[in-house]
Amino acid sequence: MGQIEWAMWANEQALASGLILITGGIVATAGRFTQWYFGAYSIVAGVFVCLLEYPRGKRKKGSTMERWGQKYMTAVVKLFGPFTRNYYVRAVLHLLLSVPAGFLLATILGTACLAIASGIYLLAAVRGEQWTPIEPKPRERPQIGGTIKQPPSNPPPRPPAEARKKPSEEEAAAAAGGPSGGPQVNPIPVTDEVV
Amino acid sequence: MTEVVREDFLEEAELNRSSRKDSQTLRWTNVPFLKDLSRIRIAESSLLPRRAPNHLLTMGNWVVNHWFSVLFLVVWLGLNVFLFVDAFLKYEKADKYYYTRKILGSTLACARASALCLNFNSMLILLPVCRNLLSFLRGTCSFCSRTLRKQLDHNLTFHKLVAYMICLHTAIHIIAHLFNFDCYSRSRQATDGSLASILSSLSHDEKKGGSWLNPIQSRNTTVEYVTFTSIAGLTGVIMTIALILMVTSATEFIRRSYFEVFWYTHHLFIFYILGLGIHGIGGIVRGQTEESMNESHPRKCAESFEMWDDRDSHCRRPKFEGHPPESWKWILAPVILYICERILRFYRSQQKVVITKVVMHPSKVLELQMNKRGFSMEVGQYIFVNCPSISLLEWHPFTLTSAPEEDFFSIHIRAAGDWTENLIRAFEQQYSPIPRIEVDGPFGTASEDVFQYEVAVLVGAGIGVTPFASILKSIWYKFQCADHNLKTKKIYFYWICRETGAFSWFNNLLTSLEQEMEELGKVGFLNYRLFLTGWDSNIVGHAALNFDKATDIVTGLKQKTSFGRPMWDNEFSTIATSHPKSVVGVFLCGPRTLAKSLRKCCHRYSSLDPRKVQFYFNKENF
Repeated sequence: MGQIEWAMWANEQALASGLILITGGIVATAGRFTQWYFGAYSIVAGVFVCLLEYPRGKRKKGSTMERWGQKYMTAVVKLFGPFTRNYYVRAVLHLLLSVPAGFLLATILGTACLAIASGIYLLAAVRGEQWTPIEPKPRERPQIGGTIKQPPSNPPPRPPAEARKKPSEEEAAAAAGGPSGGPQVNPIPVTDEVV
Repeated sequence: MTEVVREDFLEEAELNRSSRKDSQTLRWTNVPFLKDLSRIRIAESSLLPRRAPNHLLTMGNWVVNHWFSVLFLVVWLGLNVFLFVDAFLKYEKADKYYYTRKILGSTLACARASALCLNFNSMLILLPVCRNLLSFLRGTCSFCSRTLRKQLDHNLTFHKLVAYMICLHTAIHIIAHLFNFDCYSRSRQATDGSLASILSSLSHDEKKGGSWLNPIQSRNTTVEYVTFTSIAGLTGVIMTIALILMVTSATEFIRRSYFEVFWYTHHLFIFYILGLGIHGIGGIVRGQTEESMNESHPRKCAESFEMWDDRDSHCRRPKFEGHPPESWKWILAPVILYICERILRFYRSQQKVVITKVVMHPSKVLELQMNKRGFSMEVGQYIFVNCPSISLLEWHPFTLTSAPEEDFFSIHIRAAGDWTENLIRAFEQQYSPIPRIEVDGPFGTASEDVFQYEVAVLVGAGIGVTPFASILKSIWYKFQCADHNLKTKKIYFYWICRETGAFSWFNNLLTSLEQEMEELGKVGFLNYRLFLTGWDSNIVGHAALNFDKATDIVTGLKQKTSFGRPMWDNEFSTIATSHPKSVVGVFLCGPRTLAKSLRKCCHRYSSLDPRKVQFYFNKENF
């Protein structure tokens, strides 16, 4: 169990709790249950929790799957710095948020779920986990023609003139293929084609 | 074809030239140019590669491959709808619940209808995870068609669908009961002498039988109190919390990244099942008793509710009784089956596993060759492995990499998490005894069908190449001893991975297969291509430099490595043209995106004529 990042599960749990709080709140408010104003609170708390928990933090090891469209909320959540980075703060915040919803039956399920999420966040905080935003990778603009390598501008190094002097038969035989003595003369004109 | 047309064209041109007098006598049909050009056009279109059919044909192919799944899902959904509507109407119309409806309204019927659906789906949810039962079904139904047996592979998908349905009905059930409790509470508080309040005040004085209607007994009782002190309420809350925890830890992200969290949390289903069994014991849903209905039928007596207590009225106070719990009837059989399944798994795990060979491959890949009495496997099957010294309760699935023809079975374990790393470390210790291993399985997947296809296209992406080790070895053994069951004449194997480091053992397998094929002179039997997706310009430069070498510089195989991803359209059209009349089986073990593109290609390149080339797509899932 050494490598489990509890914060990831806490994040899923908190997001689900937010949705449950919203649903419970809507039911309580629409049905005008007794003390339905707790329902109204629950909707607001649920929306806040959902927005806070929507951007998934970055995993320590491996790649993280981003939720669709989370980069906007990542920017907002990042602004609060240590308040959102630290999981102790999140644990306490979720616990406090869940308490008022516990007074109404319709939202008590949301309370229980959010309290559990708070507990898992506490566990994550104790193990030193932190919320790191997933940064979008800067898109590397492909440099046009960057990979085209120019042909060498200098001729290849040659041994000194004495070593190059060979008997004439060998020279004649090698003339067909190998480089001849003296400056390089290309049999076929070479054009430099640069795109 | 084009040549023939041209000859005709020339002939006609000759004729026309000889018979032509002047341009005005030429009719347009005599002008060879236009007419023959159209013939040339028609001729050329038949030379064109077959264009992909339009959407209707694609859909047609999809239906042919998936008709059983569709039918099954339609039946399941239909049953859900039927049960919901049936229960809803029963509670909405029956006279037995007339008085109950007076307090609660339609939400009573909603709650009961969703409860029935919950019973039905809770019955179904345990069945797809009984691996051994499914293997048994797969074995006994070997006479069934391929399509039917393939559906057993989708057991986990069905499990998830049923789970979603349970979540939906739980939501409906809870919301309906919230309204119900609120109505009960209001009618308890009401002092206006309405029918509802009279009904609510019933039976507090009568001790026998408790023929009350409203579970909220006193004015001061809150709904929260009733919820947490009644069996139904308490079990409901426990069940729902267990369900929510199970669902949040079972999301794909958590399951793939932190398997242990998923595995242990999912055992909360025990609380769910237990809670479901006793949820209805309290009998909170009340209907009028038979006897009371005969005596004072609601249709006659409801109007005169003020006079119920009068001595001379025909109507007496109605008496109510609760429902006996019925959830246990739905879930008893699946629970027993599941208990048998776990006992069987435990029994199989206790059988002794002898480890005959341990091989450490490069890049931290551990190969274990084992023997177990009575173990028999098919290609591409997987086993669950447990190592008690590392973790007592965790079972992890691994594909078998050995062929059935070999006298041992083997798995290759790659370090990909806590458990695997600990296992590899435990086996690396040279001086401590080998840890004990427990094995459950084998469990079958679609690759048992690979021998039935004349032409097989095998695509292994990354770690997904593992089942193909078993398949390729087995095909080779069967080929060597000319097994009649082997219908395969040609194999196209595509291996796609980022870098071959972790799969060098597979590399060695391909090399040895290559050698053996050369010895037997059957070089064309297995065509494989390796695609390296994690390449950079250095590797490509190096490859280009060594273009002339006979073996590939990366793998040492005769077949050259390609860089990047395969262009499936090209591959499929080449295979379709080389095997115009065959049934081609496409087997993939890899990511979903690849499955999508392969499935699309299969539909696109299968012709609707069943005698011509047909591509069947099979996906492994873990």
